[in-house]
Amino acid sequence: MTPDPTTTPPAEAASAAVPDPTGPFGDFGGVYTPETLQHAIDQLAKAYQQARSDPAFDKQFTQLLRDYVGRATPLQSAQRLTEHIRAADDCPAGKGAQIWLKREDLAHTGAHKINNSLGQALLTVRMGKTRIIAETGAGQHGVACATAAAFLGLKCDVFMGTEDIRRQQPNVKRMELLGTRVVPVESGSKTLKDATNAAMRDWMATSEDTHYIIGSVVGPHPFPMIVRDFQAVIGRECRAQCLDQIGKLPDHLVACVGGGSNAAGLFYPFIDDASVKMVGVEAGGRSNQFGDHAAPLTYGSPGVLHGSLSYVLQNNDGQTAPVHSISAGLDYPGVGPEHAYWHDIGRVTYTDCTDHDALEAFLLLTRTEGIIPALESAHAVAHAVKMAKDLPTDQTLVINLSGRGDKDLDEAIRLLGM
Amino acid sequence: MNRIDRIFQDLRAPANEGGGKALMPYLTAGDPSVEATGRMLTAIQDAGASVCELGIPFSDPVADGPVIQASMTYALDHQVTVGQVFEMVSRVRPSLSIGLVAMVSFSIVHRIGLTKFVDDAKSAGFDGFIFPDLPLEASGPAREASAKAGLILSMLIAPTTPDDRAEQIARASTGFVYVVSTSGITGERAELPPELPKRIQRLRGVTDLPITVGFGISSAQHVREVVSVADAAIVGSGMMRRVAQARAKSEDQAVKIVGEFTRELASGLSPTAGASAGG
Repeated sequence: MTPDPTTTPPAEAASAAVPDPTGPFGDFGGVYTPETLQHAIDQLAKAYQQARSDPAFDKQFTQLLRDYVGRATPLQSAQRLTEHIRAADDCPAGKGAQIWLKREDLAHTGAHKINNSLGQALLTVRMGKTRIIAETGAGQHGVACATAAAFLGLKCDVFMGTEDIRRQQPNVKRMELLGTRVVPVESGSKTLKDATNAAMRDWMATSEDTHYIIGSVVGPHPFPMIVRDFQAVIGRECRAQCLDQIGKLPDHLVACVGGGSNAAGLFYPFIDDASVKMVGVEAGGRSNQFGDHAAPLTYGSPGVLHGSLSYVLQNNDGQTAPVHSISAGLDYPGVGPEHAYWHDIGRVTYTDCTDHDALEAFLLLTRTEGIIPALESAHAVAHAVKMAKDLPTDQTLVINLSGRGDKDLDEAIRLLGM
Repeated sequence: MNRIDRIFQDLRAPANEGGGKALMPYLTAGDPSVEATGRMLTAIQDAGASVCELGIPFSDPVADGPVIQASMTYALDHQVTVGQVFEMVSRVRPSLSIGLVAMVSFSIVHRIGLTKFVDDAKSAGFDGFIFPDLPLEASGPAREASAKAGLILSMLIAPTTPDDRAEQIARASTGFVYVVSTSGITGERAELPPELPKRIQRLRGVTDLPITVGFGISSAQHVREVVSVADAAIVGSGMMRRVAQARAKSEDQAVKIVGEFTRELASGLSPTAGASAGG
């Protein structure tokens, strides 16, 4: 398991075949959790294997994604944004890639999160469990779980740091309205990572009747694989839509990466398409100083957090670093292990985008396309705009517009000084 | 011979005055200060402890309940580092005879580097490890490194651990087997689970290692119940809750209370004191 730089496989070895049954993505992933959780994790792995090979489960999930979530979400040509880029002073003649948007903001509850929450809630019912728990930062995953719980008649408790409860009141109210109990987490930094700790602790004592719906492609195996699989509907739709609407595969995919579920969902079905280049955009925050950002793949190094080995932001003693991002959904010190794998084998490029640039892109997309994006998704927009200026006009670039920005209005308006 | 092995061997020797059972208090290193923790080690030794489970503070201790987490947060807020803990242990080790087992998240071990961490812990005077978030499947390299250094590595067995897996964990452990009494996190509980004696008896069939029980033990009566079937009782949250209350007054008070509470718990080691020893 010790990483050996001399044996790192070349990029073309990247394959959709990972993880193997024991869970590692190359050197990353695995299971680093207390023994108390092993039984629940084993049970989940078995239940998921059975569900995955059961056509009835797939049929039920697919049908609900269509009828309840509103899928397929559209792939939209962003004509005015593309023209804006091409008209910019710093865009050379003949440059300015054609931008397309994968409209996950149009999914029920306003973000891609519902794909995973609904999938895992169905799995909960299948396992005969009656209660779900979840962690949430910005509240989007919490709302998606509360929604799935209401829809399927499950009991739902969502753990949320008191700092986030203060910052995200509308989502707290939405969850409560949906019948979910929002459990305030006072420990540690009182944000997403502490909410995750609290959810794991609850699960240790309650796994008999409770399933923990983790909100991103993080945590111990099999969670990163399960979340990726449920989110992969984004990439599968997008691939088919590109072939249908553009007549070819896209040249570039761009998605924001916190834990990395929307990016994993978009990228995964394209991993074996060598011609498709992919970029994951992390939260660059205020600066590249430790504590000022939330970009583990850009500035961190391998470490163990929340049950798996991946890139993390830690100090030299292995203590989790404080993180910052304008976007609560990206404000997390770790990242999914499959992203760490794609990073190390060179299949996906990872970069970061500052709070400032994300906020500018937020406004730009709002004014050119009439779409108010989530601040998370605005990170992907910002980097895509930068990239497009160096790409020929006949190239296509798809941005995963992972969520809508209604939840961010107060924060954005305050920061824009409007 | 490793000190932990020797301690339990001595305890098991016939006609041992302590009744052959061990008390293993848990302390968070650095709460209220690294220096005070050093004095607490002497205090618990004087009060009848055999081994100390010394917790190295971690920012995200998933297996621990609110009391120990708050204790670790307190230590980290006061800038306690792994290096300071090792330095303190090497300073007090010569005056101590009790066993010292580091309870430390594998996140810390991975960051520092397994070999370096094990070597530094050994030089400081630790006798072994508990890595609460390192499951059996991932434990190979850590077991190898510990064995090479002559240190023990005890792994946890949960109530939800199936029998065959519990046997594998017991076989893979060295020093002692750590039985988690109840599902969930560390913390004080009013009653110990009734099925505990049966679980321990089953393990006796597959291992000769001493069996220790932790999670939820917080009184002399609990200790008495536990050691009627197991070899040692681990007390953590009850200890650190008292530390948190006492440190508001002074560090001296916190050191004193740790000694007093250990003495009280140690009274439970003797089967003669009062209530029946039945589990």
